[in-house]
Amino acid sequence: MSLAARFRLRASNATGSGAAFARLCLLPLAIVVAAFFVLPMVRLVGVGAGGPKGLAAYAAILIEPRYRATLINTVVLAAVTTIASLLIATIAGLFLQRNRFPGHAFLVAMLTFPLAFPGVVVGFMVILLAGRQGLIGDVSLRLTGSKLVFAYSLGGLFLGYLYFSIPRVILTIMAAVEKLDPRLEEAARSLGAGPWAVHRDVILPALVPAFVASGAIAFATAMGAFGTAFTLATNVDVLPMLIYTEFTLAADLAMAAALSVGLGLVAWAILALARSFAGATVAAAG
Amino acid sequence: MLRRLVFAGQLLFTLLVAAFLIVPAALSMLAGVTVNYFRGIRSGVTLEWMVQVWELYADTIFRSFEVAFATLVLTLIVGVPAAYALHVRGGRLSRLIEEIITLPLAVPGLAIALALLLTYGGFGAFRGSWLFIVAGHVVFTLPFMVRAVMAVFAAIDVKILDESAASLGASPWRRFRDVIAPNAKPGILAGSLMVVTLSLGEFNLTWMLHTPLTKTLPVGLADSYASMRLEIASAYTLIFFIMIIPLLVAMQMLGREKRSAA
Repeated sequence: MSLAARFRLRASNATGSGAAFARLCLLPLAIVVAAFFVLPMVRLVGVGAGGPKGLAAYAAILIEPRYRATLINTVVLAAVTTIASLLIATIAGLFLQRNRFPGHAFLVAMLTFPLAFPGVVVGFMVILLAGRQGLIGDVSLRLTGSKLVFAYSLGGLFLGYLYFSIPRVILTIMAAVEKLDPRLEEAARSLGAGPWAVHRDVILPALVPAFVASGAIAFATAMGAFGTAFTLATNVDVLPMLIYTEFTLAADLAMAAALSVGLGLVAWAILALARSFAGATVAAAG
Repeated sequence: MLRRLVFAGQLLFTLLVAAFLIVPAALSMLAGVTVNYFRGIRSGVTLEWMVQVWELYADTIFRSFEVAFATLVLTLIVGVPAAYALHVRGGRLSRLIEEIITLPLAVPGLAIALALLLTYGGFGAFRGSWLFIVAGHVVFTLPFMVRAVMAVFAAIDVKILDESAASLGASPWRRFRDVIAPNAKPGILAGSLMVVTLSLGEFNLTWMLHTPLTKTLPVGLADSYASMRLEIASAYTLIFFIMIIPLLVAMQMLGREKRSAA
């Protein structure tokens, strides 16, 4: 056997045992994911269908007025949050990526700093802004004589979700703006397009994938956010709070399970849709 | 003239957005060391609230570190070899596995916690221990570790390195230990920072999985927001900020390094 052939044989032997090694590498993952994710999720779906209502529990989300009203509340709030964060983050993100000035890096750091705040802390931030001892109430008391307090209403929840989404969306938009081809804009300008037309016809259409990806994250996160709602929601009905009260106060396990399966499906479907459209990896944040 | 006006307008808008994010965080840091927040900083500066938080909640702080560390160790053991296997194997099965392990990013924490409770709620000793919380955190943070490591493998083309080591006769285990793992270091570091930061701040799962004896820091935070005076809640939040800000800074620096290297 020639040296080269022996060499090849040795390499192919090594890759052969490599396949077994790769399977071994996947074993811990398979055990952990099966035991603590797949099996529990299957059980969740089963419990959801195993209550007194049976499979109808899943339909109750859409049919029963109380659940349906909560679902609509949640979807509308998540949609408004998404649109507002996209608007705000696009203006700020375009500006930050296109202009360099002293303090630029610091400003970007400040805008992305709350990225790792958990929902409960975001809730507390809203209390400090719009709560009973909050800044907004203080300012409005001095200006108009009446204290503006809305932390514990739908408005407070909106503020909290906005706080949560803005850093994430800004990062995505800035990354997308960085990748834009400046030649397209130059071409448009040389053809006589004004700054407004360049934005409308060149820049914004090119950013659509980033809008879809970050918008889907903002939407799915707002749908499922529990921590912020838990800290704030004394009298707001959103889906995560409904699940929590069904589970703890009403002790209706089947309904809580069915509702959380529904919530999980909606969040997953939105992210999967966005991913198939935008092509990027898209994930909700806790 | 118009250009400068537009620039000023955009700058003002961006500053306002930054203020919306930073002012409440600064207020809370301030409130944590103010004698009386209602009367303002004029009432004096004190560490009294921090001391009270320490007396009330020190155990939650230690437990959070314990949980984060255990979660990190497990995600390293489970995630790094898996990332390697998924990358070199490729194919449809690998993509399916990847899809399944990233599902916890889409499914709300509340649903995962409920699922874990329904499945393991009957195992009293496990359900009552802090390891139950670790199980939830591992499921939630694992995709971040796997993805961070896989991203590095994709960037350095680890398959060629692996095959050349194999052609020199290195056993799979030696290849993993001496070639793959050292090359994956930046990804392992990025993933580890992410896992620890997420675990320290995780609330959605933990609130459902904890018992009165296994409270973590975010659970304690929610408790203090609901039942303590604003100064104590703020001091507690300040301690949380002090814990995660170094991690955030490290992550930003790592990200900048990667960008300037690319």
